[in-house]
Amino acid sequence: MNWLKQLFARRRLYRELSEEIQSHLDEKVEELVADGMPREEAMQSARREFGNVGLIEENSREVWTWPSVEEFFFDVRYGLRGMRRNPVFTTVALLTVAIGIAANAAVFTVVNSVLLKPLNYPKAEELVSLHQIAPGAEGLADFESGLLLSPSMYFTYAEHNQTFQSLGVWIPGTANVTGLAEPEQVRTVAVSDGVLQTLGVPPAVGRWFSQVDQVPNAPGSVMLSYGYWRRRFGGDRAVIGRNIMVDSQPREIVGVMPPGFRFVDSEFDLTAPLAFDRGKLILAGFGFHGIARLKPGRTIAEANADISRMLPIWMDSWSNGPGSNPHIYETWKITPTIRPLKQEVIGNVGELLWVVMGTIGVVMLIACANVTNLLMVRVEARQQELAVRTALGAGWTRIVTGLLIESVMLGLIGGVLGVGLAYAGVRFLVAIGPSNLPRLNEIAIDARTLGFTFILSLLSGLLFGLIPALKYAQPGTGSALQSAGRTISVSRERHGARNLLVVGQVAMALVLLICAGLMIRTFAALRKVDPGFAEPQHLQVMRISIPDLLITEPERVTRTQNAILDKLAATQGVKSAGFASDMPMEGFDSDWDEIFAKDKVYSGDLIAPLRLYKNISPGFLRTAGTRLVAGREMTWSEVYALRPVVMVSENLAREMWGTPSAAIGKYLREYSNMPWHEVIGVIQDVREKGLQEKAPEIVYWPPLVQNRFAPAVRTTTFVIRSERAATESFMNEVRAAVWSVNSNLPLASVRTMEEVYDKSIARISFTLVMLGIAGAMALALGIIGIYGVMSYTVSQRKREIGIRLALGAQSGNVLQMVLKQGAKLTLVGVAIGIGAAFGLTRLMTHLLFGVAAHDPLTFVAVAALLLLIALLACYIPARRAALVNPMVALRCE
Amino acid sequence: LFDLTAEVLRYYFTLGIEQPSLQSSGEEAARMKKTVKRDLFPGALEMMILRMLKRQPTHGYALVQQIKRTSQDLLVIEEGSLYPALQRLLKEEFVKAEWDISPANRRVRIYKLTAAGAKHLEREVSTFERMLEGITRVLAPEGS
Repeated sequence: MNWLKQLFARRRLYRELSEEIQSHLDEKVEELVADGMPREEAMQSARREFGNVGLIEENSREVWTWPSVEEFFFDVRYGLRGMRRNPVFTTVALLTVAIGIAANAAVFTVVNSVLLKPLNYPKAEELVSLHQIAPGAEGLADFESGLLLSPSMYFTYAEHNQTFQSLGVWIPGTANVTGLAEPEQVRTVAVSDGVLQTLGVPPAVGRWFSQVDQVPNAPGSVMLSYGYWRRRFGGDRAVIGRNIMVDSQPREIVGVMPPGFRFVDSEFDLTAPLAFDRGKLILAGFGFHGIARLKPGRTIAEANADISRMLPIWMDSWSNGPGSNPHIYETWKITPTIRPLKQEVIGNVGELLWVVMGTIGVVMLIACANVTNLLMVRVEARQQELAVRTALGAGWTRIVTGLLIESVMLGLIGGVLGVGLAYAGVRFLVAIGPSNLPRLNEIAIDARTLGFTFILSLLSGLLFGLIPALKYAQPGTGSALQSAGRTISVSRERHGARNLLVVGQVAMALVLLICAGLMIRTFAALRKVDPGFAEPQHLQVMRISIPDLLITEPERVTRTQNAILDKLAATQGVKSAGFASDMPMEGFDSDWDEIFAKDKVYSGDLIAPLRLYKNISPGFLRTAGTRLVAGREMTWSEVYALRPVVMVSENLAREMWGTPSAAIGKYLREYSNMPWHEVIGVIQDVREKGLQEKAPEIVYWPPLVQNRFAPAVRTTTFVIRSERAATESFMNEVRAAVWSVNSNLPLASVRTMEEVYDKSIARISFTLVMLGIAGAMALALGIIGIYGVMSYTVSQRKREIGIRLALGAQSGNVLQMVLKQGAKLTLVGVAIGIGAAFGLTRLMTHLLFGVAAHDPLTFVAVAALLLLIALLACYIPARRAALVNPMVALRCE
Repeated sequence: LFDLTAEVLRYYFTLGIEQPSLQSSGEEAARMKKTVKRDLFPGALEMMILRMLKRQPTHGYALVQQIKRTSQDLLVIEEGSLYPALQRLLKEEFVKAEWDISPANRRVRIYKLTAAGAKHLEREVSTFERMLEGITRVLAPEGS
C-alpha cells in the first residue's frame, strides 16, 4: 500500500520541494547581497549556480514516480497535440494507414476463418477424410475428390480397420418434399451408420439415426437441419415423430441438428440414412465420401497402411457378379491418401487466399512507405523544435522514443479506424467472394483478427516511424538551430532514404500490377474458350427430378419429361427447349463407366478407360447451342422405339476412330449383354468441368435406354432458350407449364446458364478483382509517393534552380533535369520490380490459364505503363521547377 | 600520495554540470555531453550528503556550502543537483526531513540521518575506500 500512499502524498511532496528550492535560492541571494552584490545580479548568479530549476525539479519529482510511464503519457499527449495542429498531415496519414490496415484485416479475417480456424466439430483434429487415388481409373478418379468409396468398401473398412474410432460414408443429393406447401426440392445428405458418430455433434432436438434406421426397407426416418426446421416448422419441437413426404415416401422426423452444422462442406436441409442392403452389394459403386475419426494417438500414415492392408480383403470379400474377376481393380492401383478433414473442406482455396493476403500485405508496405515519407517531411519541418528540445536537455533516446510513440499512435489510431472499415470490407469480400468458397458462412471478425490488426498497427507504426526517428534525432543535430531554413541545396545523402522508399514503392507496385496483368490475361484467355454452349444469358436452366414412387414406369418418366418440353416450347418467347442429365459446369456428380466398341478387342483382365455418360433429349443440342460435328441428332420416335442409337464427343470419336466422320455407323455398348448401339452423331467437345479443365470424352445416350440399371434418366436439367430468360413473369409461366403436366414436381437450381458460367470462373474473377484492387491501390500510393518526393525535392532546390536560371539555364533544361531524376528512380524501381515479379509470379502458376507466369507481353506492358504514369506524376513538379522565378526564389527565405 | 588522490578525485568527482547556453555551437554541445558522462559514480553524492548529515542535521543550502568548504573547492557542485539526491534518500528513508526555522530566521527543511542511513553510509564508505585503493594502485607512478 506504500505506493498508494505515495501517490496521494505526491502533491504535497512536490509543493514542499518547490518551496525548498525557492528557499535555497533566496538564501543564496541574501548571502550574495550581503557580500555586496547588486540584488539583480545576485539573483542571476544564484540561478546560474543552482542550475536548471525546471529540470532539477523534474528530476527530483521523478524519484517518486515511474518515470517511464509518466514520460510515456506525456509523449502521448504531446503527440496528440501535434496531430491536432496538423490536420492535413494527420488526415492523409491516418487515411492511408486506416485503409491499408482495413484491407489487411478484412483479408486476414477470411484467411483466418477459412484456413486457420479449426473445423466446427468436437476434437476436429482427429477427423480425417478417407481420400484415395486410383491412377488406373482416369476420369472416374481424376478430380479433386479422388476415387470415392463404394458401399462394399465402407463395410470392409468399418469391420476390419484397426486405426479408427468410427467411420462412415455420405453422399449429397436432392430430394422432393411434397405435402407441406408448394412442392420443394431440398438439399439432402444421405449417411451411413457412423457418420454422425464420427462428426460427434449432438442433435439440437430429438436423436441421431441409430443402427435400426440403417436396416434396408425399414420405415424411413429423416433428420432436419436447424435452418430447415425453423423455415418449414417454425422451430416447433413437436415435429419429432411427425411424418413428411420425401421423394413421395413417408419418413419420420427423428431429430434436428444444431445451427451451423454441416456435413464436411455440404449445406443440407434433410439428412436420411443410406440403409445399404448388405447382401446385394457389389465391389463397384464408387460414389460415396468417406470420413473417419482416428483413434487417439494414431497417425495418418498408420491409417493409410491400415487401408492398404484392407484393400485385398475387400476384393476377396465381394464381387461384381458371377464370372467377373474381383482382382481386376488391382490395375487401378488404388492407394489411400487420407487427409485431415480440414484440408478436404478447404480444398485448394488456400493458395488463392494466401496470394491475396500476400498482395494486400505488399499494399500495406507501400502505404507504410508513403507514411514514412510524410513523417520524414514533418520531422524535417520540426528540426528546429527538436533542436530546442535537445538543447533543453532532452536526450537522444528520449527524442527517438517520442517520435516513435507518435508514429505508433498514428498506427494504432489508424488501426482502430481500420477495424471499423474492415467490418465493411469483410462484408464486401463475402459478397464478391466465390460462392463456392468453403466455410463462407463462418467468416467473421474474431479475437484473433483483432489481435492480428493490433500487431499489424503496432508494427507498421514502428516501421514508418523508425526511419525518420533514427535519421533526424541523431546526436549532433544541435547545429540545426542555426542552419534551419538556410540551405542552398540539399545534399545527396539527405535524400537517400527518401529515394530508396520511392524505388521500393515502384518495385512493389510493379509486382502487384504484373500479377493483376497476368490475371487479366488469364481472364481474357478463359473468355475465349468455347464452353460448348452459346449465348448463355438466354439459356434458362432448372433441375426437375421424378422420383420412383411418383412415377414408377420408365417410359412414363420420359413421356412426362417430353410433355413438359412441349408445354415449355409453347410458352411465349421460347425458341426451343430440351433436357440433359446435367449441363456443363453445373457441378453435379456425373456418371462414369467403361464403353466397348464392336470393332475393338478388349482384355478381360483390364478395366477399359472410363468415359463420362450423359443423357440428352432430342432438341437439346439446338437449344444449348452445342454444335453437331458429324452425323445427326436422335428423334423422339427413335427414343420411344428404344432404337439403339448413341452419340459421342468429338475427342472420343478421334481417339477411337481417328476422325469424327469415321465414327458414324460404328457400334458401342456398356456391358456385354446390352444391345450394340449405333453411333449416329458426333458432338463438339464440351468443357464439362469448367473452362480450365480439358474437355472429357463423353458418351451421349438417349433419355430412355435399354439398360438394366437406369432405363430412364429421372433427374434432369431442363434448358430453355428464350430472350425472356430469368425474368419473373417468364419463370411464373414456366412453373405453370411444368405443374400443368404434374403438380408434384418442384423446380430446383433455377438460373441462367450465364450464372452457371460465371460461377465456374468465380475463383478467377475473385482473384482478378482482388489483385485489381490491390494493384490499383499500389499504383495510386506509388504515384502519390513519387509525386510527393519530387515536389518536395523541387521545393527544397528552389534556390539552386533559381541560381541556375539566373545563370542562364533554360527552363527546358530544368524541366528535363527534374524529369530525369524522376525517371531514374522509377527505372531502378521497375528493374527491381521485374526481378522480384519474375520470382514471385511463379507462385501463382496454378491460378493462371493460357498465359505463362513470365509472359513477356504483360511484363513489358505493365512496366511501360508504370513508367509513363510515373513520368506524368513527375511532370507537375518539374513544370513548377521550370517556372521558378529566379528573383523570387533568391529573395525569399 | 595525497596529490595523486586529489588528482583522482578531481578526475572522478567533477560535479559541475555547466548549463549549455542556447548559443553554444555544436562543438561545445558535444564537449558538454562528455562532461555529463564524466559525472560522479552513482551514489557518490548521496554518500557525501549522508556523511555531512552524520556530523549534524542541516538544510539543503547549508549542505552544499559544507560540501564545498570541506572539499576545499576541489568539488564544484551544481547546487541544484543536491535536491534529486535528497529526494532519493528520503524515499529510501535514509534521511528524515522536518520544516524548521534556521538560525538566519528562515523557514527551511532540516534533514536528519536515520539509523538505516547511518548503516548505509558505513557500508558505502567501506566499499568506496576499497575502490579508491584499487584505483590508486593502478594509477601509482611506476617504481614507487
